[in-house]
Order: sequence, then structure tokens, then C-alpha cells
Amino acid sequence: MRSDPKRSDPNRASLPLKLGAGFGILFMHLPLGFIILYAFTTEERSYAFPPPGLTLKWFAVAWERQDIRDALGLSLQVAAIATVAALVLGTLAAGALSRFRFFGREPVTLLLILPIALPGIVTGMALRTAFGVADIPFSFWTIVLGHATFCIVVVYNNAVARLRRLNPSLIEASMDLGGNAFQTFFHVILPNTATALLAGGMLAFALSFDEVIVTTFTAGQQSTLPIWMLQELVRPRQRPVTNVVAVLVIIATFLPILAAYYLTRGGEAVEGSGK
Amino acid sequence: MTAAAIDRRALPPPPGRHGIARRLSDIILRRRGLLLACLLIPPLLWLGIIYLGALFTLLAHSLFSIDEFAGTIIYQPTLKTFGELLRPANLDIVLRTVGLATVVTLLAAVIGFPVAWYAARYARGRAKALFYLAVMMPLWSSYLVKLYAWKLLLAKEGAIGWVAARLGLGGVIDAWLSLPLVGGPSLSVSYTGMVLVFLYLWLPFMILPIQAALERVPASMLEASSDLGARPGQTFRTVVLPLAMPGVVAGAIFTFSLTLGDYIVPQVIGTSALVLGQAVYMQQGVAGNLPLAAAFAVVPIVVMVIFLTVAKRVGAFDAV
Repeated sequence: MRSDPKRSDPNRASLPLKLGAGFGILFMHLPLGFIILYAFTTEERSYAFPPPGLTLKWFAVAWERQDIRDALGLSLQVAAIATVAALVLGTLAAGALSRFRFFGREPVTLLLILPIALPGIVTGMALRTAFGVADIPFSFWTIVLGHATFCIVVVYNNAVARLRRLNPSLIEASMDLGGNAFQTFFHVILPNTATALLAGGMLAFALSFDEVIVTTFTAGQQSTLPIWMLQELVRPRQRPVTNVVAVLVIIATFLPILAAYYLTRGGEAVEGSGK
Repeated sequence: MTAAAIDRRALPPPPGRHGIARRLSDIILRRRGLLLACLLIPPLLWLGIIYLGALFTLLAHSLFSIDEFAGTIIYQPTLKTFGELLRPANLDIVLRTVGLATVVTLLAAVIGFPVAWYAARYARGRAKALFYLAVMMPLWSSYLVKLYAWKLLLAKEGAIGWVAARLGLGGVIDAWLSLPLVGGPSLSVSYTGMVLVFLYLWLPFMILPIQAALERVPASMLEASSDLGARPGQTFRTVVLPLAMPGVVAGAIFTFSLTLGDYIVPQVIGTSALVLGQAVYMQQGVAGNLPLAAAFAVVPIVVMVIFLTVAKRVGAFDAV
């Protein structure tokens, strides 16, 4: 125990630390609040602060815009398919890397994280060059291809963390009791990893839904919602509508994050991990 | 879950000894290599063909050059295009971008550390969950929305200017903007604005790995340091900081790489001086000089490979 009673309690945060942590959190959240405020502003042309008045009419205007609906639809479709591909590939990779020691294991791990460790512009530029060389026209599928590639690692990270905690004796027990590989997978491994996979899938979905840099390189004429927003940022047409879309995007990303959090929070309680 | 409950789930009706599933299962289980191959081959094929294939195509293009008159690519290996990177204008772009990424990374580490330290060591129960969400939320909220929020804040008539004017600090901002390098015509057209936005965008990527590293520092170690007479500052420097380093480096990989490759932020906020990402985008799009764009794109690859190699040495990957 502490010998010097005057020394501050090491289990209590000091004031500067509290201030520092508080400042960091505030810095991360305050700007998002402004977006929400601006969605209701009556000011049309500038970013004047404070807003001269508040109105709900921009939500109605945004709702009527066909270009926004199209962009949203494309984004949702791309994200859905990219997520499914990433779920399959990421889970397989996690299964291999969590249980096996094999030659070339390290390079494989590196290959998995490379698409997000290297800047997005490299991935985008590489894919664009390759599509050009292979004479693949830009389409819905070229966007999906790019998105799935960097989403794999998100699923992998979630799945591998859970698989490492999964008690191997559970699997052995299943085998000893006569379960075959498929039965063991469907009755033991899957139920125990389902929430981690679901969380990984949601994060992959959010990542794809929001991706812009790779998309600018792999999309032809189509615009996903982020591309639509980027165009509005560079050449604003109707600022308040952009604000409304931004708020919708905040909500659309907030919900999966919250869900993913609750799904992985109970992750310590993997069956068989008690011992 | 009780043992009995597990039994019921793991034990479907007694399987037929010669079912197809059983036979397939036997084959897979008898040869572990086969199971491994089944698991590993699909993701390896995808990443190997699509991703590595694309990456090598890119690298190959950086070794080609362009016919200046016809504007067509000459498919002959040459280092000429890489030589062009050394032209003063292009070298400027590279150095500016690397400098920018370094500043952003250092600032992110300084601002992120207290948050991570507080979350890892002092926050308990509900507060800890809240802290986690408070970091996760901005991490996963939309990149463009966050950028857009800063456009609102930094605009001349925007909130920062308004608050500064109310506090009588308008002069301070003007003075800062009149400085060379960091200044500019307004906050939204300056390096200051750009660094602020990058910091804001990547901060969670720094906090989470540091927090992960710090959570593995046992409290008893800090108590031991304190018992042995170290002042809090000494404990921090000699115990906490070295143990947190892998986390800091892991966070730095993200912040550095993300800044290095971004061309959207400088396009929306920032000065007219180009960064690397913009150069890549312009060379491949407007200028149609694919080899030069590829050569520019090789720069972050090289920088990141060096970074990752160093990071591996200090064990940063264990903290991710």
C-alpha cells in the first residue's frame, strides 16, 4: 500500500487528465452537433452562425429529391453485397488464422490488413488501373469489388477475436460426442460466434456505406450517397438539403454502431470461456 | 450455459455413419491441411487476384512512361517517371504531404493519449461504456459528414468566427492567419484548418489502439513504481509510456496512412497547394498521365512499408 498519505490516490484521475480527456471527447462530438443544428436553419446560401431561424421544410424538400433517393439506393445495395462477400471471406480467413499455424501465416495476415493499412488512394488507383488493363467497364460490380476488398478485414478482426476466445475443448467435446465437422460448425461454432459476425457485418456495412475515396476511382457515372455529398461539398446547389442528408447519414451510421456495440459487449461470455 | 444444454445442441440425432456429410467431414478432419485449404483459399484468391493483382498493375504502370506529344503510354520499363517525381514541383508535393501527415499524427497522439489513458485506467462500469461509445461513434460516423461539419465551423461567417468575435478573440485568429505557412486568407483556406480537420477525422483511430495497449498495463505495476518512490511523472515516463508505445505506433499507422492518402479534405478545405492524393487524382484524370499517377501512388506504399516494418519491430500489431 501507499506509504505516503499526502500523495494523491493513484486510482483517482488527476484534474489535468480529466480536463484533457474531456477536451478530447468534446472535440470529437461538438462538430456533429452543429450539423444537426444547421439542418433546421432558414438560411439558404451561407453558413451563417447562429442560424437566423429554424424550420423543418428542408426535410420535406430532401424527401422529394430523386437524385438523393437514387444515390441512397445504390449505396445500400453496394453495401449489402459487399458486406455479404466480406462476411464469407473474412470469416473463412479468421477460421484459418485463429486455429492453424502454417507456413506463410504472417504474410497472409499482412495481406488481410494491407487494403486498409495502405491509403485508400492506392487501393482506388490500383483497382482503376487494373480495370483499365483488363478492359472491365465501370459498373455497380466494380464498386462492390473495391468495397468488399477493404471490408474483409473488419469482419476478420471481429471473427478472429471471438474465435480465439472460443474454448477449443467445446469443439473437441462435440467431436467426441460424434458430431461431424458440419454439425460442430452449425451447432457449436456458429452460435458462439454469431454476434461477433453480426457486429463485423454491420461495421463492414457502415464502412462501405461511407466510403468515398476508393469509390471515386471505381465508379463510372453512378453516384453513391457519399459521392453525391462530395459533389455538393465541392459545388453546393442547395446547402440546407445537404445538411438534411448529413443528419440522415449520422442516424444511419449511429444505429448499426450501437447495435454492434451491444452485440459484442457480452462477448466475454463465450460459452466455455469460463474455465 | 449448462453442460446439459450444450449436449443437446451439439448432439443432434445419431448421425448415419455413412452419410455424405459424415464422409465429407471425415475427409476434412483427417487431413487438417485440406480443412485449412478450404478456409484459406477463397479469401486468398480474392485478395491475391483482385487486390494484389491490382497493386502489381499499378506498380507496373509506374515503370512505364508517357509519350509527351501523343499522350499515350509507352509500355517499356523505365525509371524516367520516377525521375519526374524528383522535379521540384513534384518533390514539393511529396514532402508537403509527408510533413502534413507527420504533424497530424503527432498532434493526434498528444490529444488522444489523455482520453485513452482515462478510459483505460480510471473509467469504470457505465462511464467506461460511455467512453467507448464516445470514441466509437465519431470513428464510424460518416467521413463526409464530419468534413462537412468542419466546413460549417471554419467558414468565415461560421461558428468559430462567431464565438471568437463574441469573446473578443477575432484578433487572435487574424494574427494566427497572418503567420506564414500555418496561415492563409481564412481558416477554411489554410493549413491550420486542414490539420484541424484531419485531426478530427482520425483521432478515434489513435485513441482505440492506445487504449487497448494501456488496458494491458497492470495497476500493480504502477503501484510498484509509486512504492519505489517514483513521482507520477516519472512513472508515466518510465513505465506507462514505454508500455503504451505499441498502441501509439498502431494508431500512428492509421493516422499517418489516412492523411497520406486523402485528397478529399485538401480539396474541400485547405490551400491551393496540392497534396499527394490530389496529384494522383489529377494526373490520372485530368492530365491522363497514368504512369506519373502510379509513380505518385507508389510513394505512400513505400512510406507505409517502411512504417509497417518498423511498427512490427515494436510489436504494434499485437495491440490492434
